[in-house]
Amino acid sequence: MSLLRLADVTASYGSAQALFGVTLDVAEGEAVALMGRNGMGKTTTIRTAFGLVRASGGRLDFAGQDLRRLPVHRIARLGLGLVPEGRRCFGPLTVTENLVAAARPGPWDFARATALFPRLAERAGQRAASLSGGEQQMLAIARALMTNPRLLVLDEATEGLAPLVRAEIWAAIGALKRSGLSILVVDKSLADLRRVADRGVVLERGRTVWQGAMADLTPDLAARHLGV
Amino acid sequence: MSREGWFNLALAGLLVAFPLAAQAMDEPFLVTLATRAVILALAGVGLNLALGLGGLVSLGHAAFFGIGGYAMGILASHAQGYTPLAEWPLLIEGTKSMPVIWLVAVATSGLAALAIGALSLRTSGVYFIMITLAFGQMFFYFAISWPAYGGEDGLSIYVRNGFPGVNTLVPLPFYGLCLAVLALALMLCWQIARSPFGLALNAARQSAKRAETVGLSPYRLRLAAFTLSGAITGLAGALHADLNRFVSPAMLSWQTSGEIIVFVILGGTARLFGPVAGAGVFVALEHLLGELSDFWHIWLGLLLLAVVLFARGGVVGLVCGERRHG
Repeated sequence: MSLLRLADVTASYGSAQALFGVTLDVAEGEAVALMGRNGMGKTTTIRTAFGLVRASGGRLDFAGQDLRRLPVHRIARLGLGLVPEGRRCFGPLTVTENLVAAARPGPWDFARATALFPRLAERAGQRAASLSGGEQQMLAIARALMTNPRLLVLDEATEGLAPLVRAEIWAAIGALKRSGLSILVVDKSLADLRRVADRGVVLERGRTVWQGAMADLTPDLAARHLGV
Repeated sequence: MSREGWFNLALAGLLVAFPLAAQAMDEPFLVTLATRAVILALAGVGLNLALGLGGLVSLGHAAFFGIGGYAMGILASHAQGYTPLAEWPLLIEGTKSMPVIWLVAVATSGLAALAIGALSLRTSGVYFIMITLAFGQMFFYFAISWPAYGGEDGLSIYVRNGFPGVNTLVPLPFYGLCLAVLALALMLCWQIARSPFGLALNAARQSAKRAETVGLSPYRLRLAAFTLSGAITGLAGALHADLNRFVSPAMLSWQTSGEIIVFVILGGTARLFGPVAGAGVFVALEHLLGELSDFWHIWLGLLLLAVVLFARGGVVGLVCGERRHG
């Protein structure tokens, strides 16, 4: 069953239109990679799904619920968990406090979130702002999981991190996928996306130009749309 | 224990020791002065919940302070005149009992805060400041033009209200009562700051957008905080009226709102004991400088400027360093 569905979504920042017709589907238990070159509308698509940018046209729904008129926090409560670009933790709060502030009842609790990232347990009493970039990223993922989402949305979760830390985060994403969580992931590394994602969606100038199984994304297609 | 923990403990010790010492030196006036500081601190503790934890700069907290004051004034004036507040549909008599008065003060000021908050919290920033100021002024002019309860002259009570088992007419026991209320309010705020609600409120202050994307509703969190904040400040108003045995529209004036903000900023925004330190410094200055000149506020103004420019964490921040308010 389709969990998140965007059909022909358009959106603008003021008078500048950013999305011209984005179509994408994430089914229950599926991991979907949202790809495209810089400035093609990946982050805007995510922001539109969360209601942070309002869609001007098209259809957006989550588990059969129309998202277009819902306030942001209601959309999140339906079961969308966002790991925003640039981490954005609550800096002055400690690791524990960040997680408690976001917690909603469900299988994900402090113990399970810190089991996924043991380093967060070690840093439990430390301010988020004093963590390393990788640890902040782990905290952002753990915080999203604490809301007990049905769909986890990761926007550039490995950007600017050291290779070892990236590997750790990709391992966690892989584990989440295997546990049956639905995932929508934006990332630059096609090789890593191929390992985790079932399907891919490619955006170009705010439009969906390709979607299909990751196996069908041939090097030729990747070169044409993604420049890799 | 952290440095702030020690500071708080020292301040709490001073709150106990100072009036006892004043009593021993046969200076009941100093006990009354300390009572005033404790009550104003309570008003600040109320505001600190909204201003410190919630980031809501309310310039209308005098409304809640005054509503608490008038709750006491109206109930006690009916009791001393033996006239009921209402006879129909049910008989409501006045009362001289502090617990009942406190309950009424908390309920009415909390309700007022809920209504004012529900409307004001749709705005933010400067607009929020202006709209809370406007509501505050509304209550001020309402009190002035309501002759039944003294209008501009206010209401006087002959004898301070009673509390079971405490002789409230003697300064020291009344001080103890006020201090107990302040201690309870501080404990409540301490619990709130560590609770999921308090952490979520804190998160929403840092970034409303980020809080929303994890499913928190900043509006509801702020409304709850604003309501509780108004209720605590209202309780302080009832105590303040009892201290002076007098209520007047001055309690509702915007200067009062400003003073409550001054306690919080002077002491240290979002610090548990910030308003206590702030109100203490304020009352001490008022007493010491007020003897020298009627225009002592100019020195308060300079001090406030110095705090805002050089010691953003207020008194507590100056002593304990380390800012927690981001």
